[in-house]
Amino acid sequence: MIDTKDSVLPVIGLEIHVELATETKMFCRCRNRFGDQPNTNVCPLCIGMPGSLPVMNRKAVEYAMKVGLALNCTVAEFTKWDRKSYYYPDLPKNYQISQYDLPLCEHGFLDIPLKDGSTKKIRVLRAHLEEDAGKNVHDNPSHTAVDLNRAGVPLLEIVSEPDMHSVEEVMGYARSMHRLVRWLGVSEANMQMGHMRFEPNINLHISSSSRTCKTPIVEVKNLNSFRALERTVAYEIERQYSQWRADPDGYSIDKLGKQNRGYDDDLGRTVFQREKEEAHDYRYFPEPDLAAVTVSQEWRDGISSQIGELPLARRARYMKDYALSFKEADALTLDCPTGEMLDAAVAAGAKARRCANLLLGRGSAIANERRCAIAEIGVTAGQLAELAKMLDDGQINATAAAKVFDELTDSDDSPRAIAEAHCLLAVTDTGQIVAWVDEAVAANPRAVQDVKAGGKKQARAFGFLTGQVMQKSRGAAKPEEVQRLLRQKLGD
Amino acid sequence: MADILDLSALELRDAIAAGETSSVEATEAYLDEIESTDGRLGAFNEVYAERASERARSADSKRADGSAGELCGVPVAVKDVLCTPYGHTTCSSKILANFRAPYPATTVAKLEDAGAVILGKTNCDEFAMGSSTENSTRGPTRNPRDLDRVPGGSSGGSAAAVAACQCAAALGSDTGGSIRQPAAFCGIVGFKPTYGRVSRYGLVAYGSSLDAVGPMTRNVSDAALLTQVIAGKDPKDSTSLDEPVPDYLANIETPVESLRIGLPGEFFSDALDPEIAATIRKAADLYKKSLGAKIVDVSLPHSRIDRDGNGDLSSYAVACYYIVAMSEASSNLARYDGAHYGHRTPESGLDIVEMYSKTRAEGFGEEVKRRIMLGTYTLSAGYYDAYYNKAMKVRRLIKNDFDKAFEACDVLLCPVAPTTAFAIGEKSGDPLTMYLADIYTISVNLAGLPGIAIPAGLSKNALPIGMQLIGPLLSEEKLLRVARMFEKASACPS
Ligand SMILES: [Zn+2]
Repeated sequence: MIDTKDSVLPVIGLEIHVELATETKMFCRCRNRFGDQPNTNVCPLCIGMPGSLPVMNRKAVEYAMKVGLALNCTVAEFTKWDRKSYYYPDLPKNYQISQYDLPLCEHGFLDIPLKDGSTKKIRVLRAHLEEDAGKNVHDNPSHTAVDLNRAGVPLLEIVSEPDMHSVEEVMGYARSMHRLVRWLGVSEANMQMGHMRFEPNINLHISSSSRTCKTPIVEVKNLNSFRALERTVAYEIERQYSQWRADPDGYSIDKLGKQNRGYDDDLGRTVFQREKEEAHDYRYFPEPDLAAVTVSQEWRDGISSQIGELPLARRARYMKDYALSFKEADALTLDCPTGEMLDAAVAAGAKARRCANLLLGRGSAIANERRCAIAEIGVTAGQLAELAKMLDDGQINATAAAKVFDELTDSDDSPRAIAEAHCLLAVTDTGQIVAWVDEAVAANPRAVQDVKAGGKKQARAFGFLTGQVMQKSRGAAKPEEVQRLLRQKLGD
Repeated sequence: MADILDLSALELRDAIAAGETSSVEATEAYLDEIESTDGRLGAFNEVYAERASERARSADSKRADGSAGELCGVPVAVKDVLCTPYGHTTCSSKILANFRAPYPATTVAKLEDAGAVILGKTNCDEFAMGSSTENSTRGPTRNPRDLDRVPGGSSGGSAAAVAACQCAAALGSDTGGSIRQPAAFCGIVGFKPTYGRVSRYGLVAYGSSLDAVGPMTRNVSDAALLTQVIAGKDPKDSTSLDEPVPDYLANIETPVESLRIGLPGEFFSDALDPEIAATIRKAADLYKKSLGAKIVDVSLPHSRIDRDGNGDLSSYAVACYYIVAMSEASSNLARYDGAHYGHRTPESGLDIVEMYSKTRAEGFGEEVKRRIMLGTYTLSAGYYDAYYNKAMKVRRLIKNDFDKAFEACDVLLCPVAPTTAFAIGEKSGDPLTMYLADIYTISVNLAGLPGIAIPAGLSKNALPIGMQLIGPLLSEEKLLRVARMFEKASACPS
């Protein structure tokens, strides 16, 4: 635990690798698809065969640009490709096509939400494109197999400045980035499929008895879940602090520089990793097989115009214009289409509050069951708007509306038609309710007596009679109306 | 009709088209010639006799249908650095000895689409690294003009095959002179087009920013014909140029009017064999006196050849070239590691790094290893600025020199190589001397320009002397015409 007389500031930067959801790979026309039989989405380029040449996928550049613009980055007018050399069987050319000194996007920021409702700017140093490597498969003790289906998939590497100082901020940044790339439609960002990977670098700035010490910067590669990221950062903060306490002079960045540690998923913490004997020298040089990329104003503006409202802005708008709570607004801005559905229903004349309740009630429950976004459960904005209006006009009560909502997920019919078919419309015919009241009163003299007698049993007996009438209406009568008519009948 | 083997590619095409001979007849004649001569010459790594005969039959039936292409039925050879989906593509290296490419190089595909019959793959220096075709796992190719001499390199097999009438024409590749220098040594025409004019797809890379595929032919018109077929934008090669391809043959016989020929003074220093210098000056005279051209002195200061304190030759361009080429080569050849295809060490029980090292140690020849090591060094952290970056600056200066020179002239006339063909074994132990065989050709690759080598005369030992004409970017059409002017004028007894 951290001693209160030491002031400890964790300093954390995060590299996020995002696989872009293009149809085809970065430099060849092989399918970019997860889960196929090994080595079925490969061509001579993927295998690094002699004479094969890369051809840039323009869509990948556009996706990367979209993210860069949404992150308030400067998009370079001129960018190029470089070769990064290292030998590994999942990289058949033994060099990776990447971007070294002229990344596509630079110097942006991402606003992240904090618990107290405020936001914090995390600066983005750069975002560049590269090709992903394949996968070494170690499922046979006698040999390592290589699956190159992933080799050449476009990968966006987003590097933050070391602006984060707590686990909360790191997680806020990671989750906001996850939401953003999905929002922009440039990545499925499915963690199980490895679409998004994290590489935090962490150290502590410790002020203690009039001096400031910095622990070595620890980099942890290839974390592929939020849980692993959270545990890594939390563990490293504790570990570095105790290591520093044990040896305040030796455990410093000046003495040890940068270190790599691995993450052990079973232990849920980082582990010591043997340092490579020699420093990596990637021997970057400009990729001679690809032309440099010039980004015209027109191209950039075209991409920029596709971006639209971003999650944070939309959430703020919902809180302000729709009077939703932070939690409600946040839940409706997890993805882009759910908010679009809400906005369309509101534009069609429905009340935002009613729509939000429907979406966050049954909508959210169904989405959870089906593991999809609320917008994907099969209800249209038009259906939502009509149902909300029916609720508002008292044509249906909340219980019946929930039933109609469930039906809508599998139906193109209007909410009114469904309500009619299932006899869920509110009964507004007073004569009919009066008849049910008369029947209930006649059939339950004991309850009538209890009501009329007043005292302890009165409220319960009144509730019982109300329930009897509601049952006769099969839930379609408005409870307030039933109660009004009951009171009238019982003469008070 | 003359012996079928004596016909140029264009003549043969026309003879086949006219029904005077057939592709089958020509192909059989060439296959017989290869059979009887290649034992001593060593020009071919692989001959596709059966496939060639079949293609010849198909060419003949296409001709009969009237659907003949521009090279219908013409037997050609390609350097063994161009991929074919049949046979092996070895780059004369042990590491690719069993490699079969699943795809054709775009240039090979274009030749075949035009009706050409591919006879086989020709020998070369391993991975096109060399100037003598001695660095080959198949053994050296011999110069048909003198079997004790090298044919030049690295496209020595293609040059020898064309010179010895083993094929009607051939393709070579040129990274620093590898088409032009062997063409000069063997007395044929070798044409390196503008960088990007011809697709590199399926050409096994040596120095990607320098590599060019081009024709090696008996005469200038054949070079025009083959260039016509192989040139053009290729969607598979991002560095290929999206510029229209002019008709190179249409006006090939029309002399260029008010022609200005530039002689770069730097290329006529004492590094040049005096006999070659005299031959080039004689060629300049012919342009001036017989063809009405104006001769102007120009300067390419960053391509000049100096002597250092020891009297050894040195040149910015050579230093720059070898840094760029070797840096790129070290990266391009990193893929040959035994993991996915090609040679893998037979030793077992090795870890991955040992497997890589053993495979590469066994698979590459000395010269290739030397260049990979030098290139790795020049790209390493701490040396990059001193070498690669500086070389890129020199490269720009060399380009600028050419731009300036072309303000004063249409084409440059200069030697191809400092000597005529040297003896087999003469330079193979001395890589630095071997590198100087390229001093007049490498600047052209560094600047991306088109350059053509054509026969200019014979030495007193009856060895061919070539001359080089260099034009501005994409000036192929004019350059070929200028070359043709000389070829025509020098052939006529004056
Ligand atoms: Zn592919």
